[in-house]
Amino acid sequence: MHDSSRARQRARLPNFFLILLIIAAFAVPVIVFLMLYEIGNGSIDAMRAFGLSFLVGSDWVPNPANGDPPILGALPAIYGSIVTTTISLILAVPISLGVALFQSELSPRVLRAPSYFLVEMLAAVPSVVYGLWGLLFLVPFMRNYVDSGLKATLGFLPLFYGPASGLGMLTAGVILAIMIIPYGSSVMREVIIAVPRSQREASLALGATNWETIKTSVLPFARTGIIAAVVLAMGRAMGETMAVTMVIGNVARISPSLFLPAYTIPSVIANEFTEVAGNGVYLSALFELGLVLFAIAFIMNLLGRVLIARMAFRAKGETAA
Amino acid sequence: MIYVALASFAFLLALVPLISILYATLLQGYAALSFDFFTKVTPPIGGTGGGILNAIEGSFVMVGIGSIIGVPIGVFAGAYLSEYPGKFAYYVRLLAEVLTGVPSIVTGIFVYELIVASQHRFSALAGGVALGFMMIPIVTISTNESLKLVSSSIREGSLALGISRSKTLIYVLLSTARSGVITGVALSIARVMGETAPLLFTALGSQFLMTGINDPASSLTLLIFDFATSPYENAHVFAWGAALVLLFMVLSLNMIVRAASRLKVTGTE
Repeated sequence: MHDSSRARQRARLPNFFLILLIIAAFAVPVIVFLMLYEIGNGSIDAMRAFGLSFLVGSDWVPNPANGDPPILGALPAIYGSIVTTTISLILAVPISLGVALFQSELSPRVLRAPSYFLVEMLAAVPSVVYGLWGLLFLVPFMRNYVDSGLKATLGFLPLFYGPASGLGMLTAGVILAIMIIPYGSSVMREVIIAVPRSQREASLALGATNWETIKTSVLPFARTGIIAAVVLAMGRAMGETMAVTMVIGNVARISPSLFLPAYTIPSVIANEFTEVAGNGVYLSALFELGLVLFAIAFIMNLLGRVLIARMAFRAKGETAA
Repeated sequence: MIYVALASFAFLLALVPLISILYATLLQGYAALSFDFFTKVTPPIGGTGGGILNAIEGSFVMVGIGSIIGVPIGVFAGAYLSEYPGKFAYYVRLLAEVLTGVPSIVTGIFVYELIVASQHRFSALAGGVALGFMMIPIVTISTNESLKLVSSSIREGSLALGISRSKTLIYVLLSTARSGVITGVALSIARVMGETAPLLFTALGSQFLMTGINDPASSLTLLIFDFATSPYENAHVFAWGAALVLLFMVLSLNMIVRAASRLKVTGTE
């Protein structure tokens, strides 16, 4: 009949709006694959020149004095990234857990909203402002009070060897810790809140105090999620560029001393990208570092989210039971 | 009780840097503020006089370009994810979350290779595109989350009345989720306004006002970085002043957005 054929025609007309939505949705995967392609493409020269030894090479000499080709190894940057991230986690994880517990369980109700607000303000400060404060305030502070104190008491350790200028892996670790506390504590807080009420109520019904409930029922249940928060914070710390570049001293070196200027992967890229001037392998090596950084951040992010999903699955199961 | 004390101590400890930064920026930056500061362009580093006009212009222009790219794509992508769930939507959402974790300097070298290397020039456009690429996943996820909160009865009621899916989305769903979407957009703007690394190799920085988006451009963040890392004392004061302006803009945007969304929640809606 006339009507049904018109209806069939109308149903076959493409919905232009849906096409618009699909195109927009494609933007995300396209950006990811383009990013991998461009950065991978940029790294090829360095991969051909240095191969796998790039990742373990400990010499970073972009412009050798006698005109030889550059010798570039990523180990100083990787070492610095690992050490500064470790220091930041040692400092930030306990504090983040304390903040998360404060915000979710232990503070008086009336303080909850202000406490969320204040920690969010900490997260909203731009990285370069952290760097400015770090360079002009924290570095002198570390040099004059903390480093000298550490040298006086523990100066025999190779960790604290050398002149303390304030620029170095210790200061960078401190500033990274400050920057990841808001992120780490917010993930931990969400994870703690996600623990099913049945767990808490069962513990309280058995006569446990508030703290005993937290220690024996809430935290063990949330353990996977808290580890997830640490992994996610680790990824964030490894990728932080500006604040670290401004306080780490930017010298390619592998040394146990936390006081000597050093490098991290993002700060090498930030510091030296504009100095590559025609040196093809140098530029390509920086791209390869970018690829390494992308891989590290990707793995940490994925791992963290898998752990959170696993905990959410458990929480759902417990609630149903 | 001791644990309450420990947790409170941790919380206060976390606040110390915030207070220190606010205090230092206010104290040091105030000295740099003047009429000239807001009306002149940057002096050579170490020189006297001058202002941050070109940096403010660059920041606004590049965040603007980023928003033009990031907001429409992010909102539509987020809408797709919530209205047409399935395998594709699942992977897009996963990739969006991965993108938010990518360090911003990686985005910077990506856009360098994509635009700057092929165009053989640094430009505000490249900087804006880098910021836009950062905004897309953030806005996508926040729009998706806001739309997920709209109750299905509204969705189904609209469709039951015969309103097409696209009209339902635009006139009913997005308008119901309006405040959540706007919050997400505003927060992403505040976030990219404070970014430096993606602009280092795309916009490069400049001492002059822009004649067009294909010129290199400065931004408040690039200015702070260049002036703070220089050895000159008056450049440091300049950087504090710019940081004061930037911090004011970013923090007040954050506070307005959060206050407004809290009002909406407890209001008549």
